[in-house]
Amino acid sequence: MNEIELQKKLIGAARASAPDDRVPYAFEKRIMALIPAITPTDSAALWVRGLWQAAVSCAAIALLCGAWSFFNPATNTSEDLSQNFESTLLASVDQGDQAQ
Amino acid sequence: MERSEAELIAAVLQGDAASFEPLVQRYSPRVFATARRYARRESEVEDIAQEVWLKAFEKLKSFRGEAPFEHWLMRLTVRTCYDFLRGHQRNRESSFTDLSESESDWLQAFVTAPESASETADAAKMLVGRVLEKLSPEARLVITLLEIEDRSVKEIAELTGWSVPLVKVRAFRARGEMRKIISKMAKDKYL
Repeated sequence: MNEIELQKKLIGAARASAPDDRVPYAFEKRIMALIPAITPTDSAALWVRGLWQAAVSCAAIALLCGAWSFFNPATNTSEDLSQNFESTLLASVDQGDQAQ
Repeated sequence: MERSEAELIAAVLQGDAASFEPLVQRYSPRVFATARRYARRESEVEDIAQEVWLKAFEKLKSFRGEAPFEHWLMRLTVRTCYDFLRGHQRNRESSFTDLSESESDWLQAFVTAPESASETADAAKMLVGRVLEKLSPEARLVITLLEIEDRSVKEIAELTGWSVPLVKVRAFRARGEMRKIISKMAKDKYL
């Protein structure tokens, strides 16, 4: 079988059959019904809305933390947290001094 | 009086979405004809056309009016069809053992006397449809645009967004791919 000739014949067959350009009834109405759903919005407006939502969430969290610390005051512990933190950080330096 | 294309586009861009409808009416036949080259089922063709028009509405701001709206729309259509092909790569691995009687007869007629096998026969159209379905998306797009629609390499580059050398490379590979598929079809049928 001459495959190159067959390829030419098949391409010729595809050329000979122009595709149908028929459009379904009321297709444009369907598109117009879908368009309000995708109406482009201003990107600046989207940013402003997002930032406002973030600001409100941050304010709510700050208020909750404030309320929690107000109603649950820290109990007096024998050692201050900052002192503990400092001694942990400087533990290796202290050990070095003791060794000398 | 019928409004011009430029007037309709300007109106849509100013927020009058209703002015988009005459554009859909005017150019849908071109969009459907192009989509039918790549999709067989009518539901798929409609999905492609719908996607093209929704994208066209969304991206209308990017239409600068330097070229006709139809060219811009055709670029969008071809790229949507390419995305469709990439997403629907079914039937690529199937064999040619299930050819219909008319397809087998046409192939037999070609083997015995190539000139007697008519290019306009329905069997030839079905057979080429089967061969095209087995091509990779790139190969199918290039073969359709270059060989079937007879477009130039430069036109294809503009439609697809590929560079001219890339179109040439893909056209070379696509012809080879198609030859391999035809060879496989001959083997499945006669061996």
